[in-house]
Amino acid sequence: MALATAEITTSNDFGPAVGLSCRECGTRYPLGPSFACIECFGPLEVAYTWSGPDFDGAAPVTREQIAAGPANIWRYRALLPVPADVAAKPNLAPGWTKLVKADNLARELGLRSLHVKDDSGNPTHSFKDRVVAIALEAARTFGFHTLSCSSTGNLAGAVTAAAARAGLDACVFIPADLEEPKIVMASVYGGRLVGIEGTYDEVNRFCSELIGDPLGDRWGFVNVNLRPYYAEGSKTLAYEIAEQLGWRIPDQIVIPVASGSQLTKIDKGFKELIKLGLVEDKPYKIFAAQAEGCSPVSAAFKAGREVVQPVKPRTIAKSLAIGNPADGPYVLDIARRTAGAVEDVTDAEIVDAVRLLARTEGIFAETAGGVTVGVLKKLTEKGLLDPEAETVVLNTGDGLKTLDAVASGARPTAVIRPSLDAFRTAVVENS
Amino acid sequence: MSVSVRIPTILRTYTDGAAEVTGEGATLRDVLQKLDADYPGIGARILDETGSIRRFVNVYVGEEDVRFVDGLDTPTPDGAQVSVIPAVAGG
Ligand SMILES: Cc1ncc(COP(=O)(O)O)c(C=O)c1O
Ligand SMILES: [Zn+2]
Repeated sequence: MALATAEITTSNDFGPAVGLSCRECGTRYPLGPSFACIECFGPLEVAYTWSGPDFDGAAPVTREQIAAGPANIWRYRALLPVPADVAAKPNLAPGWTKLVKADNLARELGLRSLHVKDDSGNPTHSFKDRVVAIALEAARTFGFHTLSCSSTGNLAGAVTAAAARAGLDACVFIPADLEEPKIVMASVYGGRLVGIEGTYDEVNRFCSELIGDPLGDRWGFVNVNLRPYYAEGSKTLAYEIAEQLGWRIPDQIVIPVASGSQLTKIDKGFKELIKLGLVEDKPYKIFAAQAEGCSPVSAAFKAGREVVQPVKPRTIAKSLAIGNPADGPYVLDIARRTAGAVEDVTDAEIVDAVRLLARTEGIFAETAGGVTVGVLKKLTEKGLLDPEAETVVLNTGDGLKTLDAVASGARPTAVIRPSLDAFRTAVVENS
Repeated sequence: MSVSVRIPTILRTYTDGAAEVTGEGATLRDVLQKLDADYPGIGARILDETGSIRRFVNVYVGEEDVRFVDGLDTPTPDGAQVSVIPAVAGG
């Protein structure tokens, strides 16, 4: 077989992780660079000492131990598939981003309590640094020499930056027509950046085939053969939000959806905190946000369907432009199980929402954040979101990466000579 | 019609490690039936109990995801490339 080169390592290298298990049928596998179940093609997830039936109820870590940890995702390392000394190895140490109390936006939308979890504060300015940090550690353990991914843009930058810090080669794949700033970021850290003529789904397909080919041997694709580890990184968003709220899960949360991986793992993170007794057990609602031009999950939700029919994306929210979302069925399940919803917004609504968040809270989101805040607004107007409940909305990326989306309306209020008279005439008397 | 079928790593135990095998059939359904005759058991990995393509598998004929065409009834012209690919996380 071409792949299966990396040998399976001892569970010590993965901290509390004890194996992989199929999310669909529960079949167990040893820890390794595998990502799909041989029985049913279901996604493999990391299983822990405490996730099995033998769990004795004693949490592997206390709130106090977590609080004494570093101000990054490694404060949760006891809950992640990483070795105890992970923080000492070169990595970008992402996470512990701000949870901003958004009173101005709350007032504007008529909400009582709203926070923005602002992941634009990560090292490469998107939440992708979280998932890459875990996948990088797995790549090192499996002995992969090249860190790779298929990407809608943000992941590419996170991967090339992490590889640079770790001293690995990088080769990342993107649709050729991405936003300029994302292309700049993905290439500035070095490594190779390959633009594919096609959509993200076609990039994904290409990378999946590369994995099964001798050409891709010894390559760690963070979102393909390292997917189980990668995906666990998103749980840290759930942990941080709960800890930053004073060890409490919010009543409702709005999360953007491309493949649906992040949303699925935030739900897993909340459930783990409850299971481990680190937070009080309480109901929470998960709302999913998509762009209308790429809303296969929202369409399925609204039609009451179980099956997510893929679409060909057409939206300015390019980071969310995945027409064939692998975790789409789980997003549907989670939205339904938690009494949440899946909603979508138009490109115009996305731009309005980027401006709204910037104008009210001083947070400049990329288009994905516009999708999420736009959906927050729409859900509130439709009465699907409880205005009295404690609400968190995610901003997963930085507005500087999608400047074009809001550039057309951006110009100086006035251009004048440097004189008080000119200022009085043009600015003061004109306003 | 003779087509080539790309086999994902997790199914290569059925094909003796071969990454690509020859197939036969006028539609994807026929091709998968023949594939299962040649490599017994492989069909049930790709199709579920109801005979539909499993939820977490993507099947392509040429460049197209068959869900954009006719699913299992998608025509497989001579020389077509069929690919079976597990779903992966987004990026
Ligand atoms: C900024 C941003 N937010 C959200 C997402 C959604 O991620 P997922 O594929 O996990 O749903 C992405 C994916 O690329 C992204 O770049
Ligand atoms: Zn399975």
